[in-house]
Amino acid sequence: MTNEKKMSTPAAPIPERMSGNEAVAFAIRQVNPDVMPAFPITPSTEIPQMVSSYIANGLMDTEFIPVESEHSAMSAAVGAESAGARSMTATSSAGLALMWEELLLAASNRLPIVLTLVNRTLSGPININCDHTDSMGARDTGWIQIYAENNQEVYDNYIQAYRIAEHRDVRLPVMICQDGFITSHGVQNISLLPDQPVKDFVGTYAPEEYLLNPGKPVAVGPYAVTDYVMEARKAQREAMENAKQVILDVADEFAALSGRQYGLFEEYRTADADYVMLIIGSAAGTAKEAVDELRGQGKKVGVLKLRVFRPFPEKEIAEALANCRAVAIMDRSENYSGQAGALGSEVTAGLYRQHSDILAVNYIYGLGGRDFTTEDAAAVFEELREGVEEGRPVGQYRYVGLRG
Amino acid sequence: MRTDITKINEKTPYQDLTEGLMVFAGGTAKLFKTGEWRNNTPVWDSEKCRQCLLCTPCCPDSSIPVMSGRRGNFDYDHCKGCGICANVCPFGAITMKEGMEP
Amino acid sequence: MKTIEIRWHGRGGQGAKTAALLLADVAFKFGMQVQGFPEYGPERSGAPITAYNRISDREIRVHSNIYYPDYVAVVDETLVGSVDVTAGLREDGALIINTVKTPEEAAALFPDYHGRVVALNARKISEEALGRNFPNSPMLAAVVAVSGLIPKDDFLREMRSSYQHKFAKKPEVIEGNMKALEMAYDAIGGQAR
Repeated sequence: MTNEKKMSTPAAPIPERMSGNEAVAFAIRQVNPDVMPAFPITPSTEIPQMVSSYIANGLMDTEFIPVESEHSAMSAAVGAESAGARSMTATSSAGLALMWEELLLAASNRLPIVLTLVNRTLSGPININCDHTDSMGARDTGWIQIYAENNQEVYDNYIQAYRIAEHRDVRLPVMICQDGFITSHGVQNISLLPDQPVKDFVGTYAPEEYLLNPGKPVAVGPYAVTDYVMEARKAQREAMENAKQVILDVADEFAALSGRQYGLFEEYRTADADYVMLIIGSAAGTAKEAVDELRGQGKKVGVLKLRVFRPFPEKEIAEALANCRAVAIMDRSENYSGQAGALGSEVTAGLYRQHSDILAVNYIYGLGGRDFTTEDAAAVFEELREGVEEGRPVGQYRYVGLRG
Repeated sequence: MRTDITKINEKTPYQDLTEGLMVFAGGTAKLFKTGEWRNNTPVWDSEKCRQCLLCTPCCPDSSIPVMSGRRGNFDYDHCKGCGICANVCPFGAITMKEGMEP
Repeated sequence: MKTIEIRWHGRGGQGAKTAALLLADVAFKFGMQVQGFPEYGPERSGAPITAYNRISDREIRVHSNIYYPDYVAVVDETLVGSVDVTAGLREDGALIINTVKTPEEAAALFPDYHGRVVALNARKISEEALGRNFPNSPMLAAVVAVSGLIPKDDFLREMRSSYQHKFAKKPEVIEGNMKALEMAYDAIGGQAR
C-alpha cells in the first residue's frame, strides 16, 4: 500500500504552458493508472482523447475502454477497481448525471476510483459552459470532491488524488473538478513535475482484497438487509470524515515534493478582513485580484477559496470566518431550495452550529458560463459593507449580474 | 482482514463490519441455512429414482447434490421446499411432505 | 511590465483562436506569464468568435473575459458593423485590422475610437507568402510588432522553432509561414509611431 508517510524531496520543476485538460492528461500519463473507461462529452472530451494518443504513442500502457455511455464508463470503472486495477474516468455535465447510480455504488463499495470532472452546467436551457450544477448535483453520492482554481491546481490535485482515495482510513472515490472551458481550455503557465518523482509519490496500487486474487475470493456489493444499511452508511461517513486529515497529510507531502502547499481551503488576506468572499474554482482567482485592488483602497477584504467540498470542512470554515463581519457565499449552481446553492446552505448551517452571528449573504453567480469579473466581486464586497456599516438591508439570496 | 462471517450478525456494531459490506471469503452462502425457511419438504425415494437427473438443474437452491453422475439425498440445510423437483420428476420418486422434517 | 490584454475578433475557422494560443506560446518562450483562451460556444464555422490573451510578468489570476483590452486584432474586416470591436479598447492601445484599406481609410471605420488604428493586408501577405489565405500568421506578427512585446529577430527565431515542431510532418509550409510573419512585421514597421 501507499499509505506509509514518505519523505519527498523537492523535484526540479518543468515550466510549461498548457490548458487544464492538457494538464490533467499529462498527469494521467505520469500516474499511468491501470484502466480508463471513458465516453466523450464537452468540455472533457480532450482528456480521453489525449490519453488515447499517449497510449497509441507508447507513452503509457493504461487499458483504455471506449464504452458506449457514461453509465457504462462508471460501471466499468467499478468493475475494474473491484478486480484490483487502479481505475479512472473523465466526464462533464450530463455524463456525470448518467453515472449517478454508479457514483453511489463506487463510494458505497469503497472503491478508490478517480474521476476528473470538467464542470459544465446541466440542461436546461441546454448549454455547454461552466457552472457547478453537475458536481453539486453529485455532492451527496459519497465522493470526495476537490476543486481547482487553475490548470496548476488541477494537475496537482490529480497527482494527490490516488494517495487520498486509496488510503486505508479512507478508501473512497475522488472527484477532481475544474471549471469547463475557463480552465479546461484556457492555456496558462504551469509548473510540471518530472515523471519519476510523480510515480514515486503516487506509488503502485496494492489493494489487500480484490476480485482477481486467486485463492482469496471476495464478494463485492452484496445485498444488505435492513439490519446493515445504517451501519454501512455510518462507516462510510466516518471514512469521509477521516479523509480530512488524509487530504492534509497528502498535501504536506506534496508540498515537500512540489513547493506548493494545499489545504481544505485557502485563506487569502482574510486575517484582518471585515468582509470575506467564500468561493470555489476559477472565479476565486478573479476575486483575489479584486481583493488586491480593494486593499489598495484601504478596504479590509479577503477571499476564502474552498478546495475541498467533500468532506465539507464546516467547523474549519466557521472558525476561519469567526473574526469577519460579513461573508458572501458564492454558489455557481442553483439548487432551488430557496436557500441559494449547496455551498450557501452548508456554510450557513455550519455558522449556525458554531453559534456565529456574522452577516452571511448567499449569492448565485456564473451560471451557464456567465462571466464573473473583478467588478462583480467588488460590487459584492460593497454590498456587504453597506449592509454592515450603513445598515442597508441586504437580501439573503442574490444573483450576480442578473438582468432585470 | 479476511471476513469471518459467522461473527457478523444483526447485533454487530458498525465498526466491526467490513468496508462496503464486502465479504472477503468464498462460498459463504453455505453457512446461511435457508432450509430453516422450509414448510414443505421433498422426500426422495431412491428405489423409484432412475437417476435421470432432471431434478438437479431445476433446483433453485442447488440442494440436490450430485456425485459421480448420481444424485444423493437432499441438502436439507438449504432446500426451501419449493417443490419444483417433485413436479419435474417423471417417475414419482419425489413426494412433498407437509412440515420441515423429511 | 504592465499586464497586456489583447482581444481577437474573427470568424470560426479563420484561426483567431490559434493565433491567440500561438501568441501565448511565443510569449511563454520569452519567460512571460501568459493566458490564451477563446470564448467558447458550439462550433460554428463562419460565426463571429472572440479569443483573448493576457501577458504579464506576474502570475495571472483573473479568469474573466477582457473588457478593456490594450489591443484588439480584427482578423476579418467584415465583422466591423456587426461586432462592436472597439468596445472598451484603450485609447493608448491600438486596433489592428486585416483590410485592403489604407490606415487612414481604416481609421475612418471607427469614428468613435480615438486611439491608433493599424491596417494590415493580411490576406495579400498570406497569399503571396503561402499561396493561401491564412490571415492568422500575419495578424500574429502584427500584434507582436504593434505591442512591442518581442523584438523582431527574437520573435522570428522562436516562431521558426515553433513551426518546426508544429509542422514536423509538412516542413514545406514552414518557410511560407516565416515569410508571412516577416512581411507582416515589416509592414507594421512602416506604421510604427
